[in-house]
Amino acid sequence: MNIQNMILTLQKHWSGHGCILMNAYDTEKGAGTMSPYTFLRAIGPEPWSVAYVEPSRRPADGRYGENPNRLYQHHQFQVIMKPSPDNIQEIYLDSLRALGIDPLEHDIRFVEDNWENPSLGCAGLGWEVWLDGMEITQFTYFQQVGGLECKPVSVEITYGIERLASYIQEKENVFDLEWTDGFTVRDIFMQPEYEHSKYTFETSDLDMLFQLFTMYEKEAHRQMEEGLVHPAYDYVLKCSHTFNLLDAKGAISVTERTGYIARCRNLARKVAKTFYEEREKLGFPILKQKEERINGQA
Amino acid sequence: MAKHDLLVEIGLEEMPARFVTSSMNQLSKKMEKWLNEKAIEFDHINMFSTPRRLAVLVKGVAEAQKDIHEEAKGPAKKIARDESGNWSKAAIGFTRGQGVSVDDIYFKEVGGVEYVHVNKFIKGQPSISLLPELKEMITSMSFPKNMRWADQDLRYIRPIKWIIALFGNKIIPLGITHVTSGNETRGHRFLGGPAAIEAPEQYEAALSKQFVVADPVKRKNMILDGIKKLEDEQGWDIPVDEDLLEEVNNLVEYPTVLFGGFEKEFLELPQEVLITSMKEHQRYFPVKNQNGELLPFFVTVRNGDSRHLEIVSKGNEKVLRARLSDASFFYKEDQKKDIDSALKKLETIVYHEEIGTLSEKMARVRKLTAQLSSALQLSENAKKLADRAAEIAKFDLVSHMVYEFPELQGYMGEKYAKLLGEPQEVAAAINEHYMPRHAIDSVPPSLTGAILSVAEKMDTIVTFFSIGIIPTGSQDPYALRRQASGIVQILSEKKWELSLEKIMKASLGEMEAKGIMKRDRNETLHDLEQFFKARVKHLLNEQGIRYDLIDALLENEIGNIAILSERASVLEVKKQEAGFKENLEALSRVINIAVKCENKVEVSPALFENKFEAKLYEKYQAVYADYQSAGSETRAFELLVSLKAEIEDYFEHTMVMADDDKLRKNRLSLMKDISDLISGFAAMNKIIVS
Repeated sequence: MNIQNMILTLQKHWSGHGCILMNAYDTEKGAGTMSPYTFLRAIGPEPWSVAYVEPSRRPADGRYGENPNRLYQHHQFQVIMKPSPDNIQEIYLDSLRALGIDPLEHDIRFVEDNWENPSLGCAGLGWEVWLDGMEITQFTYFQQVGGLECKPVSVEITYGIERLASYIQEKENVFDLEWTDGFTVRDIFMQPEYEHSKYTFETSDLDMLFQLFTMYEKEAHRQMEEGLVHPAYDYVLKCSHTFNLLDAKGAISVTERTGYIARCRNLARKVAKTFYEEREKLGFPILKQKEERINGQA
Repeated sequence: MAKHDLLVEIGLEEMPARFVTSSMNQLSKKMEKWLNEKAIEFDHINMFSTPRRLAVLVKGVAEAQKDIHEEAKGPAKKIARDESGNWSKAAIGFTRGQGVSVDDIYFKEVGGVEYVHVNKFIKGQPSISLLPELKEMITSMSFPKNMRWADQDLRYIRPIKWIIALFGNKIIPLGITHVTSGNETRGHRFLGGPAAIEAPEQYEAALSKQFVVADPVKRKNMILDGIKKLEDEQGWDIPVDEDLLEEVNNLVEYPTVLFGGFEKEFLELPQEVLITSMKEHQRYFPVKNQNGELLPFFVTVRNGDSRHLEIVSKGNEKVLRARLSDASFFYKEDQKKDIDSALKKLETIVYHEEIGTLSEKMARVRKLTAQLSSALQLSENAKKLADRAAEIAKFDLVSHMVYEFPELQGYMGEKYAKLLGEPQEVAAAINEHYMPRHAIDSVPPSLTGAILSVAEKMDTIVTFFSIGIIPTGSQDPYALRRQASGIVQILSEKKWELSLEKIMKASLGEMEAKGIMKRDRNETLHDLEQFFKARVKHLLNEQGIRYDLIDALLENEIGNIAILSERASVLEVKKQEAGFKENLEALSRVINIAVKCENKVEVSPALFENKFEAKLYEKYQAVYADYQSAGSETRAFELLVSLKAEIEDYFEHTMVMADDDKLRKNRLSLMKDISDLISGFAAMNKIIVS
């Protein structure tokens, strides 16, 4: 199965379980969790189910397209369901079956893995899912997001698309993976991989990046004071990506590192709090709609 | 009384493997406690657990609580009847309170006085009516890590999926979160299905049909049998690490052992790298030949049956290949770098915000190493080797390999140092300075390694104490207790002629020189002493030394730990001998009275009033001289007790607390001198003799 069909299969599967299908959020980010569709929507009492593919940028993992396993940008298929459904593990295992992975022919295990993202004030408990010894999915029950306790709890399922594809397609090199008929990952992503690696490690302008970080941070705070959560959060994401670029180039000493992470965390916490307050002002509309639907039926 | 079996199964999403066994034991303990508290008799408890379930099967549970026959004592006879001989209010009230009538009253003498008594009988309630209390037992389970899920408030190890609560063939009604108890269990995720349990005793067999081996011991044996079979078929030696076996056992409900291979070229990697990749990251058992050499194979345990094993094996091989390719890439890359550039990098690594960089830390460790080397009178060459080892001890921390495999710190340092042409002693010391790595690890074999280990650990402890980070209760984030125990263990085994306080103070001096000290020096030193004393106490305790002896030995400073252990053994032997009590009493008398000495003066024989004072003084001087060159702690002890006769005579004929100031001061000063000599061995007055 090529990557395109894998994505289509997963989309069909999760939309069948009530997930809104969305597209990648258009700001650079290191993981699907950072998308506002996850980070913000996991906050508060409103129900939320969504699935989307998130291209994730990890500047430090750039290898000029020379390493068979590491990429500057890889793809995550991200699912969020709030509250976490009772049979979520079964739904997930069905998605593997839909991808042609018959659990009876393989060894599938849920191995403890607790997830924490201190720079976003997030923590969760769950597993990494092993397929014949390979980690193919992160499965997490969010306990805290942006420093706020989650109630109800969201479950986050993150498939590593390239990882899973390399298993399904039996390829040793990520660039040999077939995206769709006649197109490999190499055809589509080799040039950007090389260029982004060169940019990250060689040609980026550090002074500019440091300046940008400060400007983005300032703007994020300013917009939050206006109660504009989404513009503010976009700037938080930009801060985070800029920090990653600086960090990958070794421009941030270990001492400073803690300081920068703390600055990102403060922003994230403030955004989380503001988002909750703004939704509360609106009367948590999605929760209200759901309650009305239930009452209407009764 | 009729008996039934009782079954409780908590069905869960996959629990963390490391908590399964302890949680099973906890459930069993709670069940036992509850039954005992309720006075419900039972025969025994069988425990079961898999990643997805915790269960207890209690055999032979009584149908009802035990009836209680109890004698209750009431008011005295004289107030039990009124003047006309009728039962008084006191008597009636008492019987009512006990749920009996006045007809049940009889009299019995207690302490020469007659009292009202009744025989009370409490009928035990049927167990089935009490069993719903098991809800509390289930929800009160405590786990090291808890979570919430969906919109539930309960915090638990993982979401609860189903609950079986069965007494005989009756379901005990329990409602926990959104789950209601029943008698249906679930089988293996893929091989099995749901199964109704008609009676508790069918539990294990019913699950077995659904491809779940619920008894962890049986599961473990299946794994061991599978491993043994492979060893026989292939002529391999597969060492079984108990911790790994335990973990793997709690990752599967139905184990099948299989093996896979990897390319021979990878065997060129250091063994520890291969083993860590297999064990820590993939939970594989490495495979060796009969000569103990690693072979390019691994053994893993699948959660399933033996169908399609070739697919599972191939998948696992692919994962390991990717990991080992990474490792060999790192191994090659790391070898391109030199030690100097690595050390340069350490200057940018912050060890702790308030303490400074790793490079600064190692500069201090290097100085402390030099001081220890001098104190231990190392040769010039050995001093140089220790110094070099201290200088480069942490250079591997910036290697790719240690970044990817943090548990290989030190081990990679040794490998790389050798490859880069460092002397063998230096390379070995880099690895050894982390030893002992855990409670049952051995101390560094080499002298250089041991010195570096003590210096590095002491620096860590003293720096954290200097900025006020001191372990309390369960809070010890920097594992300072383990490191202090490491120092104590090394000093005790290496028997260096060094006092612990001296090393501590040398390290403290470094903190002051570097301006790290954030607290009062004496206060810090006091805290450090108490901290180390607790570790030494622990060590002596493990050596089987009696409590009061340990306290006596640790009354003053710790000093030389090896000597302390020896003294402990001497006291253990001596306390069995005749006359020990008398000896001890004589020595203790001196210590006890010497406490009153406030301003010690030089003892003046001119002020002696009787010959016994002079005799004790002379004896003391002779003992003092011999004590300095006693040679053994046994001899030292014997010298001290040789003072006994003189001490006894002295007290018989001398009033220490004389009215005359001068006389008193002189006598107390003599007592103080002798007391100091005795206490230098141990606070004899703290030893308990029966």
